[in-house]
Amino acid sequence: MPVNTKAIGKTYEPVLYAVGREKIREYARAVGETDPVHLDLDAARAAGYTDIVAPPMFAVVYSAPSVGPPIFDPEIELNFAMMVHGGQEFEWGAPVLAGDEITTTTSVKDISEADGRGYYVFESISTNQRGEQVCRGTWTNIVRGV
Amino acid sequence: MADFQVGEQIPEVKVTPDKYLTVRYAGASGDFNPIHIDEEFAKAVGLPGRILHGLWTMAQVARAQTEAAGGPEHLKRLSVQFRGMGVPEQEVTVSGTVRELADGRAVIDTVAEQGGKQIIRNAEAELEL
Repeated sequence: MPVNTKAIGKTYEPVLYAVGREKIREYARAVGETDPVHLDLDAARAAGYTDIVAPPMFAVVYSAPSVGPPIFDPEIELNFAMMVHGGQEFEWGAPVLAGDEITTTTSVKDISEADGRGYYVFESISTNQRGEQVCRGTWTNIVRGV
Repeated sequence: MADFQVGEQIPEVKVTPDKYLTVRYAGASGDFNPIHIDEEFAKAVGLPGRILHGLWTMAQVARAQTEAAGGPEHLKRLSVQFRGMGVPEQEVTVSGTVRELADGRAVIDTVAEQGGKQIIRNAEAELEL
């Protein structure tokens, strides 16, 4: 069965994420960060930041909620039970600090098929409360047996 | 700030995710897919057991870069391919080699291995120096 490509280019409603200091700490501990700018307010301030700094991969926390709707969009017909996360790219801009409000908008960059697998590529663009881009994410999901 | 040279390796990151790491990472990241936290569910869908979140492993790859470069602000881009699957309670090793240095940026070829298998491959990091 060929994949349904009609949703390529579709853009979803923006999702707002308020970055909390303790959430950054919780994430930093879970991934084993030891750099004190992620854990200690005084250390972050001593390094020139106004608050605790999110590790780059914290992008997952503020942008993933925006990637859920396309995965479950009936128009895309993505078979979630057969989906694996095939690849991921993040490109970072301005740093994300505790207290920031990050808005992420996701769109369908590509849908294609090769060797019985469906490739679903979503792009998320995240900006802070000043309109500065903090991250662009490219999420490649592979569905077996399309 | 590290002194990068083309062809040189960045310091390895070695980490052994403990038995409950996937539960903590699920809470921290918001990804509660049961294949990561429920042994019975994972086996029922044909996996050997609970598997690591690919994005946790990617965070280890990111950490190897930021630790090599001297801070999170240096990491400008990271792209990875997930292959196979990682499991808890077995050491994960991230290694990387400087491929290119130009215009104040370094490009690092990097991988994550577990038990002799690459679980993240063809990864590329771009660092601003």
